[in-house]
Amino acid sequence: MSDAQNTTSLTQHVRAFDVGSQAVAAAFLGEAPAMALADGAVLIGEPDGLKRVAAHPDAVILTAASEGTTLLTGGDDGRVTAIGGDGKATEIADEKGRWIDALAIRGQNFAWSAGKAVRARDEAGQVRTWAAPSSVRGLAFQPKGYRVAASHYNGVALWFPKVEGAPQTLEWKGAHLDATFSPDGRFLVTSMQENALHGWRLVDARNMRMSGYPGKTRSLSWSHDGNWLATSGADAAVVWPFKDKDGPMGKAPRECGVREARVTKVAFHPRALVLAIGYADGLVLLCRLADAAEILVRRPGGGAVGALAWNASGARLLFGLESGEAGLLNLPG
Amino acid sequence: MSEAREAEKIPVTVLTGYLGAGKTTLLNRILSEPHGKRYAVVVNEFGEIGIDNELVIGADEEVFEMNNGCICCTVRGDLIRIIEGLMRRKGRFDAIIVETTGLADPAPVAQTFFVDEDVQKAARLDAVVTVADAKWLAHRLRDAPEAKNQIAFADVIIINKTDLVSPAELREVEARIRAINPYATLHRAEKCDVALADVLERRAFDLDRILDIEPDFLNAEDDHDHDHGHAHEHHGLKHYHDEDMQSVSVRLDGDVDPAKFMPWINRVTQEQGPNILRCKGIVAMKNDAKRFVFQGVHMMLDGDSQREWRPEEKRESKVVFIGRNLEEEAIRKGFLACAA
Repeated sequence: MSDAQNTTSLTQHVRAFDVGSQAVAAAFLGEAPAMALADGAVLIGEPDGLKRVAAHPDAVILTAASEGTTLLTGGDDGRVTAIGGDGKATEIADEKGRWIDALAIRGQNFAWSAGKAVRARDEAGQVRTWAAPSSVRGLAFQPKGYRVAASHYNGVALWFPKVEGAPQTLEWKGAHLDATFSPDGRFLVTSMQENALHGWRLVDARNMRMSGYPGKTRSLSWSHDGNWLATSGADAAVVWPFKDKDGPMGKAPRECGVREARVTKVAFHPRALVLAIGYADGLVLLCRLADAAEILVRRPGGGAVGALAWNASGARLLFGLESGEAGLLNLPG
Repeated sequence: MSEAREAEKIPVTVLTGYLGAGKTTLLNRILSEPHGKRYAVVVNEFGEIGIDNELVIGADEEVFEMNNGCICCTVRGDLIRIIEGLMRRKGRFDAIIVETTGLADPAPVAQTFFVDEDVQKAARLDAVVTVADAKWLAHRLRDAPEAKNQIAFADVIIINKTDLVSPAELREVEARIRAINPYATLHRAEKCDVALADVLERRAFDLDRILDIEPDFLNAEDDHDHDHGHAHEHHGLKHYHDEDMQSVSVRLDGDVDPAKFMPWINRVTQEQGPNILRCKGIVAMKNDAKRFVFQGVHMMLDGDSQREWRPEEKRESKVVFIGRNLEEEAIRKGFLACAA
């Protein structure tokens, strides 16, 4: 993408297709594109050879999480399903009809929540339970060690499933939604009901407030080097610097892809400081962090972008919209 | 917001009422009628059971305080999550009914629709419907502040189990209700036998529907053409004054100066917001051909220019507040001082 100034559109490299239902999440399972849909299905494979996996028959996929080989889906049928690149679906949990609100995955470690009940399953398949003080909206595995962050009202719990006793709680007033650790494990960030992010430096639990969003942030993506956190919720992707020991404190965030439309999804390229941005009007673009140069991937139309993911090498970008329209970008060269 | 977008929003009806008043009876009545509509029903997980519906979601009634500098701003966190999840089923149901527990305060539910942008985009609050027990309401109004809140907040009140009280007792309970909330539409019922149209699609929070805010004293009689055998002596309606919950209504002949009115209404709702449960108004702004309408819940206000004043219509302004320990004289003087 060195000639970004000349190449301002990649739309001719996008294979558009229709998935027939609202896109909830996108992922690559190995090299296989995968999309979780609101109608309970997961589509796997290339656009001309899509395989439909009925992950949640007669139900709705509420949440999904992936880490490269497995897609974890949670439905309003109370089930958690793990799907591999071959399309094989394995039931991980059945919470008897209670909605699955949050999921996290790291290798063969899975975590999910239904209301206040948080459960974690280790490599050996052993499931442990913790009851949160209020409904849990976000889960994340700490990069090292078997530890789960669970965001709830007025804070985040850091739970060691294999350790008895109450988890450590990082307190901050308000309702915390999604949770994410920085790749180096130094920081934990949550999105909040109050159109803001909250962060903690884990070494000393120092608070960081990141506010000024006109809407809720529901998409968070770390850069490959862990130095930047891209976020949705504004009329631009807001990108916070996390390189220094103080994180973003006292620093202004970068803004990428400023438009008159709300950013709904962000996904950092896995190898370069290039951000894929999806908007509420269906537009998708790539933005280079260094100079904010933009390349168009999809023109507006079809409702909000609800799913966005790169493959591991960063050569392909998969996206899906509320309308059920989808696209697969193959970067040239 | 265009009309078309508003029409696409999923209507949400909130059912409140003290324990045992008949909320579940009403809910099952709504669901069993041959209306051809598909409802998503949100009930309390630990509440009554026996809801006969395909889509029933158990809620936790998690009330969250918002950190937005507004002390009485609370929302139902579980409702935000549930509506977000239900939107994944868009097109597979037509409306949402939220049944609250008997002890619930309706304000956080209503405020959720003012505060949360995602909820606002997807759904609209249609009305707060309160079921009251004809025999026991008067007692509950004395000993349960929740019961009083539910009456004060309501757009529609169903006086249920009227067959268990005498005509005199019924008049008494109606007068007690009117002392708190003269603006809600009252319906008498036995076993919650009300017409669906009296409960659903009320558009009570729709600014375009704030057409008339006259007290609604006679509807209970007018709406029921079947006679339950008790005397309809509404001429002798008793007037009560409730000790701590009142309504204040102020009328002003002629126009209002927006430069005075806007700061005043903001100040009143900021200063007395915790005590104001609901407010509404129709205002004739100086040099404005259109009616200005507003409504609010506690500190939250929603206002807009509505249709033009009709030639035969008298340009006058009226505001109504329902709340606890309202400073009636201050409100009256403050509003009258906004005259243009």
